[in-house]
Amino acid sequence: MLPELGQFALILALLIAAVQCALPIYGAWRGNTALIALARPAVAGQAVFVMLAFGLLTYAFVTQDFSVAYVAQNSNLALPWYYRFSAVWGAHEGSLLLWLLILNIWSVAVAAFSRKLPDALMARVLGVLGFIGFGFLLFTILTSNPFLRHLPALADGNDLNPILQDPGLIMHPPMLYTGYVGFSVAFAFAIAALLGGELDVRWVRWARPWTNVAWAFLTLGISLGSWWAYYVLGWGGWWFWDPVENASFMPWLVGTALIHSQAVTEKRGGFRAWTLLLSIFAFSLSLLGTFLVRSGVLTSVHAFASDPKRGMFILAFLGAVVGGSLAIYAARAPKVAGGKPFRLLSRDTLLLINNLLFTIAAAMVLLGTLYPLIGDAIGAGRISVGPPYFGTMFVILMAPVVLLIPFGPMFRWAAADWRASFRALLPALGVAVLAAILAKLLAPDTSLRGLAGVAGSLWVGIGIALYAFKRLRDAPAGKRYTPEMLGMILAHFGVACFLAGVLITEATSVESDLRFDRDQVRSVGGLDFRFRGVERAQGPNYIADEGTIEVSRNGQWIATLHPQKRAYGGGGQIQTKSDIDPGLTRDLYVALGEPLDAQRQGDGAWAVRVYVKPFVRWIWLGGLLMMFGGFTAAADRRFRALPERADASPADATPSVTTRTAEAGA
Amino acid sequence: MIGRLLPLAVFAALVGLLLFGIQWNLHHEMTDVPSPLIDKPVPDFSLPLLNDPTKLVTRKDLLGKPYLLNVFGSWCPTCQEEHPILSSQIKPLGLRLIGLDWRDPPEAGQQWLRQFGNPYETVLNDASGSAGVDFGVYGAPETFLVDAKGIIRYKRTGMLTHENIQTELLPAIRKLGAAP
Repeated sequence: MLPELGQFALILALLIAAVQCALPIYGAWRGNTALIALARPAVAGQAVFVMLAFGLLTYAFVTQDFSVAYVAQNSNLALPWYYRFSAVWGAHEGSLLLWLLILNIWSVAVAAFSRKLPDALMARVLGVLGFIGFGFLLFTILTSNPFLRHLPALADGNDLNPILQDPGLIMHPPMLYTGYVGFSVAFAFAIAALLGGELDVRWVRWARPWTNVAWAFLTLGISLGSWWAYYVLGWGGWWFWDPVENASFMPWLVGTALIHSQAVTEKRGGFRAWTLLLSIFAFSLSLLGTFLVRSGVLTSVHAFASDPKRGMFILAFLGAVVGGSLAIYAARAPKVAGGKPFRLLSRDTLLLINNLLFTIAAAMVLLGTLYPLIGDAIGAGRISVGPPYFGTMFVILMAPVVLLIPFGPMFRWAAADWRASFRALLPALGVAVLAAILAKLLAPDTSLRGLAGVAGSLWVGIGIALYAFKRLRDAPAGKRYTPEMLGMILAHFGVACFLAGVLITEATSVESDLRFDRDQVRSVGGLDFRFRGVERAQGPNYIADEGTIEVSRNGQWIATLHPQKRAYGGGGQIQTKSDIDPGLTRDLYVALGEPLDAQRQGDGAWAVRVYVKPFVRWIWLGGLLMMFGGFTAAADRRFRALPERADASPADATPSVTTRTAEAGA
Repeated sequence: MIGRLLPLAVFAALVGLLLFGIQWNLHHEMTDVPSPLIDKPVPDFSLPLLNDPTKLVTRKDLLGKPYLLNVFGSWCPTCQEEHPILSSQIKPLGLRLIGLDWRDPPEAGQQWLRQFGNPYETVLNDASGSAGVDFGVYGAPETFLVDAKGIIRYKRTGMLTHENIQTELLPAIRKLGAAP
């Protein structure tokens, strides 16, 4: 009975979404206040029914109702209670429902926190969000119903894919989707502005905090995914350029360009076409990611079970959303480039370069991801480009970004004094170069990448610190650090951290596959690893071979690690569980390979993978800092102190710009 | 105006490409992927036996009699589905059936065969997947029919089914017999 109720709730949500889309947008066009006023209640209604559906599916998992096919496929009696919650989004159907839930949470938040915005604009924004909800609800109901029954009910279910039975995977999809779906808000604002023919750019100010929060969540989601891949997959890698990773990375790259472009449009009135297009692209790429993951067009380790019908549906929806919005853009985009003029050497120029580089980087990732398909289409065969392509291209595109980051805040808007900026940054340059030379002297075999990592991260880190110091010295008390600025500083520190992590880890990691006899000691990276043998361990729904490895240096104990190989009962699937001794300056990473002595399992020799990875944690620390930066910037009161009327512009150090006058003069 | 239509045009091209991708998948799931390796010699390889990593098997070791090379992996659900067909319909053909455990740690492949049974005469392990690249393996399961001289005569991408064994594989095997 309950699962049918869930399906019924989805159908009701679909109908309300249709109302939420059509009527308020029509009302805003006709100036019908009654229809405009429908937007908020419709948002609430859709959210209630989507939440009900999600709650009922969760209930089916918790109570182990194996008469629901989706529950039977993705859980079993042995599954611990906490994974029954995350099993809801363990496969295609449920993860769509999670997508919808998050879209509705965003919609409710926008409806609730934007009471001061003009009603017509809000009606359009919520209407666009309603359209997206409508599309996804229709998709769920037509092709991916999570409430389908399997009658008679099964006695026991299959199992949740063991690779997903991990705390990191409980949080990774919700955070990632919150980021993906969050870009729908910036998208909805952009479309609403185009539909309404808004000549001024106030909508950008209102869209900014939403974009920053979405970007921060996406940053967290990607970081969590990378961290999970690192400690679960047993290879010690943290990024694989897999099509699905790329699918999440492309919106991030465009989103990064977007948050910078929005800042320019809001403060200077310029880059309006950029901001509009990037808003459309960021969300389009989120949708494209959904398509790639669920259509089976590209093969990937994370791909969901694919179905051509689903692929066709998402493609049609993608065509409607993206094609429609680009057509609206072509018809209604501002005819005159607005904004204040700026010189070649100015913050504006730097941010333009930033937009370009990040957009090109996203295009590069897109090209590489679709390369097998392009190869087919032109008859050259299905060839995929691997990490070497992405790695090389990415370094080429990001090197200028790293070089220019410290200049960003130092340069003024409109016209910068590059000499003064350069002088201010000289200490950073000095320290970076000195540190690289020192590193070369101390460790002569450090690769160029490692040296570049040391120099680059110090250049960015100290460069940003110098800016923070300059504000402290020059700006009047109380105005030194607005949350927006603080967020920028934090996020750019994150970039420095991330750089250090990536390049130092790549340059100095020690990785070895070793054969260990029981009680044998082997030395890796100056540390002694003693293998204490393998024993059987029993988990809640698996049996494991658990190794014990003691790590010491010069007889001094450092850590005892217990890597496992787990065999999950349900599907008989084997899952490696590495063990890590984490540290700020190095990780010790041990993964159990295979027994090399088939006869003497317990006390025989084993293959063990031992990694020493210096600074690897800085990769995710950088991600976390960027995320905090995004949240901090979004908290700026300036975005929330919304003017009731159009022309009231707050007396602020960086006055908002309405380009109405520029428009009229042009 | 042209500048403003450009994003739309690029997007239209992208949609065209994705549509092509879906169509391609539709038509190639049921039938064979045209492999450039048909009528070409088996690529050179040197792979350890799944059950004994110290023993290496090369292309030359398998010459002399025709064989079927079946690519599988313990991580691949379709392979599990295909597995009973290998025992019931392929083994009776009397051809040598060689397994290639692809992109799979050896112990996972061993465990899988212990659990479901081993229909293969010999099982090779390609843990890193590099031999799979040489063979142009697109996704497991895949099956290659190789003649006595080591020339690939037929390739099936995806699961072997009763239907495609009858209509494609058996005729290809009969042709082997007819050929000198």
